[in-house]
Amino acid sequence: MSDFWNAYVVVIVLVSILACAILLYVQGKAKFTPGKSMGHVWDETLEEYNNPMPKWWSWLFVITVIFSLAYLALYPGLGNFKGFLGWTSSGQYQIERDRMDATVKPLYDKYSAMDLQAVAGDKQAMEMGKRLYLTYCMQCHGADARGAKGFPNLTDSDWQFGGEPAQIEQTIADGRMGMMPAHAQLGADTIKDLANYVRSLSGLPNDSVRAAKGKEAFASVGCSGCHGPDAKGMHALGAPNLTDKVWLYGSSEATIVETITKGRQNKMPAWKEFLGDAKVHLLAAYVLSLGQGAK
Amino acid sequence: MSGTQTTYNDKVVRQFAVMTVIWGIVGMLVGVIIAAQLVWPELNIGFLHFARLRPLHTNAVIFAFGGCALFATSYWCVQRTSHARLWGGPLVPFTFWGWQIVILLAAITLPLGITQGKEYAELEWPIDILITLVWVSYALVFFGTIAKRTVSHIYVANWFFGAFIIAVALLHLVNSAAVPVSLTKSYSAYSGVQDAMIQWWYGHNAVGFFLTAGFLGMMYYFVPKQAGRPVYSYRLSVVHFWALIFTYMWAGPHHLHYTALPDWTQSIGMVFSLILLAPSWGGMINGIMTLSGAWHKLRDDPILKFLITSLSFYGMSTFEGPMMAIKTVNALSHYTDWTVGHVHSGALGWVAMVSIGSIYYLLPKLFGKTEMYSTKLMTVHFWIATIGTVLYIASMWIAGVMQGLMWRAVNADGTLAYSFVESVKGSYPFWAIRWLGGVLFLSGMLIMAYNMFKTMAGGKTQDAPVIIPAAHHA
Repeated sequence: MSDFWNAYVVVIVLVSILACAILLYVQGKAKFTPGKSMGHVWDETLEEYNNPMPKWWSWLFVITVIFSLAYLALYPGLGNFKGFLGWTSSGQYQIERDRMDATVKPLYDKYSAMDLQAVAGDKQAMEMGKRLYLTYCMQCHGADARGAKGFPNLTDSDWQFGGEPAQIEQTIADGRMGMMPAHAQLGADTIKDLANYVRSLSGLPNDSVRAAKGKEAFASVGCSGCHGPDAKGMHALGAPNLTDKVWLYGSSEATIVETITKGRQNKMPAWKEFLGDAKVHLLAAYVLSLGQGAK
Repeated sequence: MSGTQTTYNDKVVRQFAVMTVIWGIVGMLVGVIIAAQLVWPELNIGFLHFARLRPLHTNAVIFAFGGCALFATSYWCVQRTSHARLWGGPLVPFTFWGWQIVILLAAITLPLGITQGKEYAELEWPIDILITLVWVSYALVFFGTIAKRTVSHIYVANWFFGAFIIAVALLHLVNSAAVPVSLTKSYSAYSGVQDAMIQWWYGHNAVGFFLTAGFLGMMYYFVPKQAGRPVYSYRLSVVHFWALIFTYMWAGPHHLHYTALPDWTQSIGMVFSLILLAPSWGGMINGIMTLSGAWHKLRDDPILKFLITSLSFYGMSTFEGPMMAIKTVNALSHYTDWTVGHVHSGALGWVAMVSIGSIYYLLPKLFGKTEMYSTKLMTVHFWIATIGTVLYIASMWIAGVMQGLMWRAVNADGTLAYSFVESVKGSYPFWAIRWLGGVLFLSGMLIMAYNMFKTMAGGKTQDAPVIIPAAHHA
């Protein structure tokens, strides 16, 4: 803060604290007549004794004043003055974080050097991985890792951005952006044809006439550009496989029409900065183990 | 006595006193409902869910119940201790009817989700303007009556009532400053951390002035009156009054420890909260010591039981508050039910109990009776309210400390030992006990209402004549 506001804060805080002490001192000097009334009467019976303030109470007051002055000498409070201890809340956070990081580092380092498949087979590592998962991942992917609408199920064998160990690790470390563009310009009729074709690919009930027209449209309007000519998807773009039974947003005709018409966007956040490489490595192994359980 | 002798305006006191009991029941009922909603989540029906009802509860108990109690007692006290009838003519009934309209508007708009989103200041701008008009009228009536007093000295209770009235006006005007965009929507004049600081400068002083200074005024009239003994120490009241109203203004930042608020502001909030301990206790000492030498009166006088117990809870809360303002303690207690327990040891133990005791003192006098319909029911009320308060506070302490410890517990690998929902699950038994405590406290209010209506039945509502001040014998 500027010199003016700094001075303003310092002066007003110190004067205020000292004013409390002065008030106590000056009033304590009054002439007391214990057990005698001040001599004023209100409403027939209300009077006040001229008793002194209890000593212990005065001392309590003084002690809090002294403590406050000492605290403001040691800690930030008086404007720009940092306090003799140099304490800051962000510094305290950093110290506590560093201390914790140093404590747990050997635990994670042990696995950092190991291959992901090997980590996924280690019992202790998977217990740690599960705890990491329950702290950082379950908010979106669910406590059982089965996902929710828009959030992938991690326990099946379907992988939007690839299920190879390195791909999973990259997904967690750097995050992913999934983007299905909106296709409202195709018109409601064509979109409905496409939806029926997509449903036919997974063996779901469909209007075969529409599905046939949808198949033509799939190739001509550009769907195959991302999902591939065989509609099996493309991991590099995060374009889902449309021929399996896994649906990120739902498989009803209405939902698929909505997906094609309005498009979809989703985002897996990047965790590398926040968690560090070692924890990402362990999480990747845990997610890998979840998917392997499905096979 | 001549037939044309001036009388006190007891009509407005009568109105506010009765509404204190009515709004107390309403506000506490909503409190019991939201406590039940936490235990049985299926009770969150439609838009009447916890998030809409919680501000209704806080507004109803603070401003409707507490507000009516303060109006009733301050109007009674300022007339008796000024030896003058209330000044202000039509402003007096306006404060009553205006305040009731504010409460009704709150009861309609808050469940509809019309809110400024500021805690304890949720009401939207048109209602804020009405509050301002009522409050300015209240100030005019109160200070107008002080000005026409027929005694030279201003009684200590009126210092506290006066400070409360002035400070609440200031807090309300600054915190509620907003830019309206429609009749039911406005945006705060402040943004970011400054908005948060203004909000908690308001929030903590709402506690300090509305819920403390005002009720200390009540205490300074009704405790010596009911005990029949002089106030223990005039000098103590001088020191603790000035120190209390001065230091409270600084304490708000302790609500924002470990947030984006600069460290220096947090420290200042913390040290002034600690300095606040002695000034707060000054009130407790002066109240309790007033009774020294007359302790036997506690045995069979339920009004004194309420008043003295309220001071004990006041002393406990005002010790707990400064402790919770210490950063390291706050790191554990913040965001947990400990805070909720702390608030209620003040709200139930102090504010409600001192109000109940004072209203029991007033009711027979207001309706031309010598005493309440049933003293026994008052005693029953006292014990039910005390047990309810203790259950409430103790369960919230345990739940709060448990939550704080669960949230910070970590495994050997640095991960959190508990998920949030596990702390919710662990809290259920304590939330059930809290609900029970609330039910007991509410039951006490229902007993009070019955006792009140029985006392009112067949009563005379005549204004008492103004008493000529006693000659100074100093």
